[in-house]
Amino acid sequence: MTQAPVTPELEKAAERAESRRGFLIGLPASGYLVLFFAIPLALVFVYSFASRSSTGLTVLEDWNLDSYRRLLDPLVVEIFVRSFVLALTTTVICLLASYPFAYYIATRGAALRNVLLILVMIPFWSNFLVRTYAWRVLLGTDGVISQISQAFGGDSIRVLFTPLAVLIGLVYGYLPFMVLPLYAAIERLDWSLVEAARDLYADGWTAFRRVTLPLSMPGVVAGSILVFIPSLGAYVTPAILGGARTVLMGDYIVSQFLAARNWPFGSALSFAVMFVMLIAAMFYFRAGAKTL
Amino acid sequence: MERAAVELVGVTKQFGGDVTAVDNLDLTIRDGEFFSLLGPSGCGKTTTLRMIAGFEFPTEGSVRIHGSEMGLKPPNERPVNTVFQSYALFPHMTVFDNVAFGLEMQKVAKTDVETRVRRVLDQVQLAQRADAKPSQLSGGMQQRVALARALVNEPEVLLLDEPLGALDLKLRQNMQYELKDLQSRVGITFVYVTHDQEEALTMSDRIGVMSHGRLLQVGDSHEIYERPTSRFVADFIGDINLIDGEISGSRSVRLSNGVEVGISAGHPQTGPVTLALRPERLALHPANDPPAQGRNQMKARITRRTYFGDVYFYDVEAGFDHPLEVKEENRPEIGTHAVGDEVTVSWTPDAANLVTD
Repeated sequence: MTQAPVTPELEKAAERAESRRGFLIGLPASGYLVLFFAIPLALVFVYSFASRSSTGLTVLEDWNLDSYRRLLDPLVVEIFVRSFVLALTTTVICLLASYPFAYYIATRGAALRNVLLILVMIPFWSNFLVRTYAWRVLLGTDGVISQISQAFGGDSIRVLFTPLAVLIGLVYGYLPFMVLPLYAAIERLDWSLVEAARDLYADGWTAFRRVTLPLSMPGVVAGSILVFIPSLGAYVTPAILGGARTVLMGDYIVSQFLAARNWPFGSALSFAVMFVMLIAAMFYFRAGAKTL
Repeated sequence: MERAAVELVGVTKQFGGDVTAVDNLDLTIRDGEFFSLLGPSGCGKTTTLRMIAGFEFPTEGSVRIHGSEMGLKPPNERPVNTVFQSYALFPHMTVFDNVAFGLEMQKVAKTDVETRVRRVLDQVQLAQRADAKPSQLSGGMQQRVALARALVNEPEVLLLDEPLGALDLKLRQNMQYELKDLQSRVGITFVYVTHDQEEALTMSDRIGVMSHGRLLQVGDSHEIYERPTSRFVADFIGDINLIDGEISGSRSVRLSNGVEVGISAGHPQTGPVTLALRPERLALHPANDPPAQGRNQMKARITRRTYFGDVYFYDVEAGFDHPLEVKEENRPEIGTHAVGDEVTVSWTPDAANLVTD
C-alpha cells in the first residue's frame, strides 16, 4: 500500500476541515452572542438615530443626529465626568488594596493559598443585590458607623446616599475582580528573577519596583479593566446607595429609557459610554503591553 | 598562606525544623580558585551556595567572605554575584539593561556603565545583541548574558549554580573551556555547583564532594578521582569496582573470593575493608600472555563485552558476588577478548584504594 503524497491541495483541504471544526465548536457560544448581544446592540445603534413623536413615542423615520448633539449638554457632561472620576477612583482604590493582598496570597503555601482564594470568592455565592442592600444598613443614620461615632460622643453620621456610599459599594463589589487577575499574575512570577535583582544589589523595594511590578503588569491591566468598565456603567449600586442627588451614567441611561421615555437619547448615551470604555481599554492595554 | 575567599564554619541549615539540608559543614575556599561543589541532587550543594549568596541563612554556624562575617546580610550587601541555573534574565529588559542592572543599582556613573557593559558584552561575544530581549537569544547566548551580568560587577566571588545544566552536550563542552579560560583571565574566585562529575573534574582547581548535607572529601581533581576516601566518593565519580575484603597483613588484603592481594603501604585500618579499583586500571591477559611479576592477579572469565568505540567494557566473573568491570582501549596492540574466554585480571598494588563506608 502506498501513501498519497502530501500536496498543497491536500494541506489546504485539511486546513479547511480544521477551521470547519473550529466553527462548529464555537457555534453555541457565537450563536448566543449574536442573538442576545449583537442584534440588540444593532437595534440600540439604529434607535440612537431615530426621532420621537409629539407623544414621546420613538418613530423610526426622520433619522437625525440630535441625540448625539445633546451629549455635549453641560448637564450630561457633568454626569459623565462624575461617573468617570468615580470609576477611576474605584479602580485605583481596588488596585492599591488588592495588590498587597494578592501578593500575600500568591506567596503563601498551597493549603493557605486555597483557603484565602475561596474567601475571596465567597461573596459571589450570595446575591449582589442583597449584599448591596446590606450596606444600606451599615451606612444609614442608625448604621454601625454612625453608632460607633455616637458611642465616642460624636454626631450621628449618614454616609448613605452620598457619593462616598457609592464608592464604598463599588469598591466592595468589584474588589474580587481585581484580586483574582493580580493573584494569577503574581503567582506565575519566576521568583528567581527577584533573587537575581537582589543579588545584583537591588534592595527589597527596588527589586519590587523594577522586577515584580513590571512582570505583574498583565494582572494590573486585566484587573483594572475588569473593575473600571463595570464601575463606569454601574446601575444597581448607585441606585441603591447613591440616592437621587448623585446621578451617575447608569442611572441616567435607565431614566432616559424608562422615565423620560427618550429611547434615541438613551441609545446615544449607551454608545457614547461604550466608545469611551473602548478607547480607555485600548490605551491601557497598550501601556501595559509596553512594559513587557 | 593564601587568603581565604569564602569560609564556612560549622554551617548547618535546617528547613522546617526537621529537614537538615546542610549538616555541620566546614569549608575554606581559597582566593582565586575554581572550586566545585559536586554531589547528587538533594545533597545540599545548592543550599550551601544560596547561603553564601545570602538567599538563605544558616541555622547554625557562620559564613565569611574575605574574612568578614556575613551574618544576616541580604544578598545586595554581599560582594558576590550569582549565575542562576535557569539564568533568571529579566524578560522585560534588553540584554544591555540586564547587564547594566547591577552597576545601575550601585549608582555607577552612566558613562562608566556604558563602557563597562560594552566591554563585558564584547568578552562574551554578544556586543551585536545588546538590544535584543533575552527571549530572542539561544540558550547558549542567554547563558553568556547571565555570566556577563554577574561579571560586570567584578564580584570578589562568583557563584554558579549548575550554569551549564540546560545546554546541549556540544555547547556544554565548549562552555566548560570558555568558563575555565574566563576564570583564569579575570582571576575571580568561582564557586561552581554541579552534579556532573566530568564537569567538576575538567574545570576545577579543587572539588568538594557532598552527600546528604555533608562534605565527604575535598581535594583536587586528581585526588578525588585517584584517591577517594569513601565508598560514596569512589562510586559517585567515574566507574569503580568495589571489592570487600579483610586486612591480612601489613601490605596485603584477603578479598572475598579468597585471593590475597598486595596493597601500597600506609593503610592503617584493620579488619574488614573495601578495595576500590578503577576499571581502566585493570588489565586482562589471555593464557599465552601472563601478567608481569609484582602485579596482583586472579583468574577470571569474560561474561560480557560492550563496545563503546574508543573503549571496550568487559564484565568479568572472578568469584565475587558481582562481576568486575574492566575497561580497555580500542587499540590494535591491545588484544580483544570474547565472551567465555578464560583470562587473568591484573593490577598494580598502588592502583587499589581502601575506602570507608
